[in-house]
Parts: sequence; C-alpha cells; structure tokens
Amino acid sequence: MAAAPFATPQLKGYPVIPLVQQGAMAHSKPFVASAPIQKALGFPEELVENWQDKAIAKMGELLGKYRSLRVYMDTCVHCGACSDKCHYFLGTGDPKNMPVARQDLMRKVYRRYFTFAGKYFPWLVGAVDLTKEVLDDWYSYYNQCSECRRCSVFCPYGIDTAEVTMAAREIMASVGQGQKYSNEIIGKVHRIGNNLGIPAKALENTLEGLEEDTKEATGVDVRFPLNVKGAEVLLVTPSADFFSEPHVESLIGYAKVFHAAGISWTLSSHASEAGNFGLFIGNYDQMRDISMRVREAALELGVKRIIVGECGHAWRVAYNFWNTLIGPFDFLDQRYPVPQHICECTYDLIQRGALTFDREANDGRIITFHDSCNVARASRMGGMPGGQFIIPRAIIKAVANHFHDMAPETIREQTFCCGGGGGLLTDDLMELRVKGALPRMEALKSVVDEHGVNFMATICAICKAQFSKVLPSYGFEMEMIGGVHQLVGTAIRLGSPK
Amino acid sequence: MAFELNGKVYETDEEGYLVNLADWDEDAAKYIAGVENVEMTENHWEVVNFLREYYNDYQIAPAVRVLTKEIGKKLGAEKGNSKYLYELFPYGPAKQACKIAGLPKPTGCV
Ligand code: SF4
Ligand code: SF4
Repeated sequence: MAAAPFATPQLKGYPVIPLVQQGAMAHSKPFVASAPIQKALGFPEELVENWQDKAIAKMGELLGKYRSLRVYMDTCVHCGACSDKCHYFLGTGDPKNMPVARQDLMRKVYRRYFTFAGKYFPWLVGAVDLTKEVLDDWYSYYNQCSECRRCSVFCPYGIDTAEVTMAAREIMASVGQGQKYSNEIIGKVHRIGNNLGIPAKALENTLEGLEEDTKEATGVDVRFPLNVKGAEVLLVTPSADFFSEPHVESLIGYAKVFHAAGISWTLSSHASEAGNFGLFIGNYDQMRDISMRVREAALELGVKRIIVGECGHAWRVAYNFWNTLIGPFDFLDQRYPVPQHICECTYDLIQRGALTFDREANDGRIITFHDSCNVARASRMGGMPGGQFIIPRAIIKAVANHFHDMAPETIREQTFCCGGGGGLLTDDLMELRVKGALPRMEALKSVVDEHGVNFMATICAICKAQFSKVLPSYGFEMEMIGGVHQLVGTAIRLGSPK
Repeated sequence: MAFELNGKVYETDEEGYLVNLADWDEDAAKYIAGVENVEMTENHWEVVNFLREYYNDYQIAPAVRVLTKEIGKKLGAEKGNSKYLYELFPYGPAKQACKIAGLPKPTGCV
C-alpha cells in the first residue's frame, strides 16, 4: 500500500492525555465516492455547482426533522468534559478530534445561517460562512469520528457527537461529496444483497465447504442451511462471517448452537447481510432499503423468529430502528424477542440447561471482552438493564474457565471504540485506525501483563476486522481477536457423531 | 490512474486495483506485486491463479476458508492456513492477493 508512513503510538502503562498537536490529522481523509457509486444511491455524482446553498438548505431540513440536532447545536456550554474522551483525540492529539471541536465545525456554520446573532454579528459568536475550506475540514474530521457515542456519556447535557457526524455526512453526500468506502458498500447491498458482494452461488459453495470442514473437525453433521422455507429461525449476520477469519469461527459457533438445541434455522441469500451502512452515513432511506431485505426474506421463507449475528451496528439498527423502518413484525412468534440477538438466544438456552460444554476445551485461552460501542451505548439485550454487558460475559464464563475484564473505565458503557467503526474501516484511513486503537490497546496491554490474557472476544464484525489489522502494529498477535461464539463453538457438546 | 507496460495501458482505481478485469496479464501481476513489495514465487502464482479461476466461476473472490482449503490441497496440508497466506501476502491474502490477481477489492467488514 502506497500510504505515507506514520509512527504507531507507544503503549504506556497508564493513560495520558496527549499534548495538543494542531493539525496533526488535517491530511487524513477517505477517498471521495466516484460518480457511479454516488449515482447508484441517488446522490449527485460530484460536488454540485451551488453546493453551498444546497448544503445549507439540507442542514435546515435536518434541523427541522431531528429536534435533537438543533438542541445539540444550541446547548453546548463548552465545559470541556468531553474533550479528552474520544479515542481519536487520545491517539492523535489533534484538537479538532476533541468531540466539542468536532461539533463546533458544524456549530459555527449553524450559527451563521440559523441564529439571529450569527446572521448579523457573526464575529461575536464565532459564526463562519460555509466556505470550501470549511467543507474540506468537515470532510476530514467528520470522517475521523466513528460515531461511537463515548463522548456523550460524559457530557452533562447528553450531547451526542455521533448524531452531529451523521448529519454532516448526510449533508455532504447530498451535495455530491460522499465517502467511497461506505457508499460503494451500500450499492453492493442493493445490487447483490451483502457488503462483500457475495452472490448466492458463491454463498452456497462457501456454506457447503463449512459443512465439510465442521464434519471433518467434529464428526457431526452440522448444517449451514440456505434459503430453507419453513425454518423456524432466519439468521441475519454480517457477510464477513462467511468470508473472513476470525469471523467465520463465530458462524460455525452459531450453527453448532442451533444444532445442539435442535432449532431449525436458515440463512438467506436475499438478506445475506446484517450490517447496515445507511446508519453510518446518516441516511434513513438507505437504512430502510437495506433493512427491508430482511423483512422480505423473513416473509418469503415463512420463518417465526429473526436472530441477528455478531455485528455491533447491525444490532443497533435492528434493536432501535427495525420496528419503525420495516415493522410490524406481527407474523413472528411473539414469545421470543423481536428481533433477537444470537447472544440472547445462546444465553437463554444455557439458562434452560439446553446446552452443555467442555469448558476445558478453551483452557488454552485467557480471555477478556471488548464491548462494541453500538451494542454498549445504543442498544440493550435480554430485557434487563445492562443486559448487553452481562449476557456476553455470562456466555464466556459458561464456556471457558479463564476470564478477566479490562479496566472499568474502558469497558461497558465507557468502552473505547476499536478505532474502525462508523464507516472508517478502510485502508485509506489506516493511520487514523492505528492511532484510534491506542486507548483500547493500552487497556489490553494491562490485562496481558497482569493476567496473561491472550484472547480478546467481541461481538462485532468491524471490531474483529479492525483488531486483526491493528493488533500487530502494537506487537500483539492478530489471532488474539475472535468472537464470543468462536469460544462457544470450541466448547459446545454436539452429541455423539452420526 | 493507470500504469503502462510494453505500450499497454492498465487503468487502475485510487488504490491500485485494476479497473478492467480483462486487462489482467502476468506482466500486470508482476508489476502490481512489485509495487506491493511482494516477490512472486510459484506458490504465489498458485494462489493468484486459483483466485482468478474462482472469480471466474463465482464473481467473487473465495472466502478465506475456501482458499486455505484449496491451497492445502495444492501445496500440502501444512500450508493450508491463513498464517501461511499472510506469509505470502503480508498485507492480507484477501486484499493484496486480489489486487495482484486483478480482481476487485473485497469490501465490507474485512
Ligand atoms: S462519537 Fe466517538 S469518535 Fe465521535 S467524537 Fe465522540 S468519542 Fe469521538
Ligand atoms: S461535554 Fe457537552 S457541553 Fe461540555 S463541551 Fe462537550 S459537548 Fe459541550
């Protein structure tokens, strides 16, 4: 890769707020979406001529539609509580990566065009015109936010920078300045059904291969069914689960759970993606169109339950938005959560004694758990407060003997993003990804040094891909990262081979 | 963006992936490998050729499991794993090997 070289930050034994380095990441920006990519989503093919007017009009529209955005623009008192809470600031030292500064990029434009003072006395309230320089700054720094919401946990007013970022991206895409990585992927979902662009025939071939592999490894006929009408469960999972390591290990884990519990299930080639990058670009139409494939597949196959695999933002979309976007789900079995997370399903089976494990099979692993931001701060599990933290950990402890949490200020609702979330998991942002992983890597190093941790489990495809890539930069093995259901799959008893 | 070899022009995207699959030939593969600092051995060619065959049949690069299994068959079981593929293609077998094979970049959470 012909990227400019950069230095990986040093891991320190304790967290340090970095010295401010003005403009340290001003050069970081992802590739702009090309004309065909933009066109496929109905966005202008390039920056339109009257982009400034269009952008301001769009901003007005969003301020009207989302009251929260206007409240966020108005209420910040610049107390600074959020400023050292963002992993991208902590990893890069660039003051524009302080959440409040990121919001201010929009706030100063908001004030200029949407407040009385800013219209007539812009110099008094720090209001600025939306110039090309400002737009370039937006493109750079709104693509240095993973929409993880960590900052909002510390803001006394609950201001959510992630929503500001989403609005900014939506505005930029609508004037022709979309981001290549996310928009290309969304186009593939519309065309083929998943982020990777795996056609049905390839999916079938891949799943057959997994049946062979699992049979070879266990002696048991564990099925990986595709497009089976009348199955009880439709499993919707990130397409990386079909394609990549370590993701596929979790897919094998889900299949083993269904096998052991005797639940009939199926995947769908129409809805072969749980991920929904419409969220990342702040566009509800895209989010609905992507989600709709799940409803269509569920109806077509006549399933009774929908279960979502290990994907952080997919769970946020499913948990928070599916009912509004693609509901009602009156055709599903209401005795189960609609939708249900695979961890809820496995946890429930464990509680009922329906699964048994050889925990010793995981004895080579000393495990910690990385909470993924969208699960931790934007959803729940199990209908109990904190269920999204309790359930994955309870599963790990049921299937393995050695577990150690990382420092409390780096997990649960205060978890640090992996550094690659929110549509930033792309090669052209590698410097940002490596540096943004710093706070998590420091927390990991502590448990590695103290407890000999050698495995970090997570329930998100982006986290898995991001850590596989950045762990080696910090001197760790890439095999340290894996899924919760990878651990389940290792220990689960399948009954006697047939 | 583009590069030229022996009078033939190969169009690429911003990241160096060939735009037209049909443009690919061994010279292009060697050239891209050079840019990537990968020295093509016979085993590299096995991977690249399999990727192209599979793509031809399925319009997508093979999943890592499919690839490792096939390489295990061709080069010996001890080489049928991702570790070995990373030795061949340090930036990651999926992306780097696809680039050299002239296939589109795998997108998504990979
Ligand atoms: S949402 Fe996350 S990435 Fe964005 S500014 Fe806040 S802490 Fe940083
Ligand atoms: S914590 Fe909230 S009020 Fe304080 S500076 Fe940050 S966004 Fe503004």
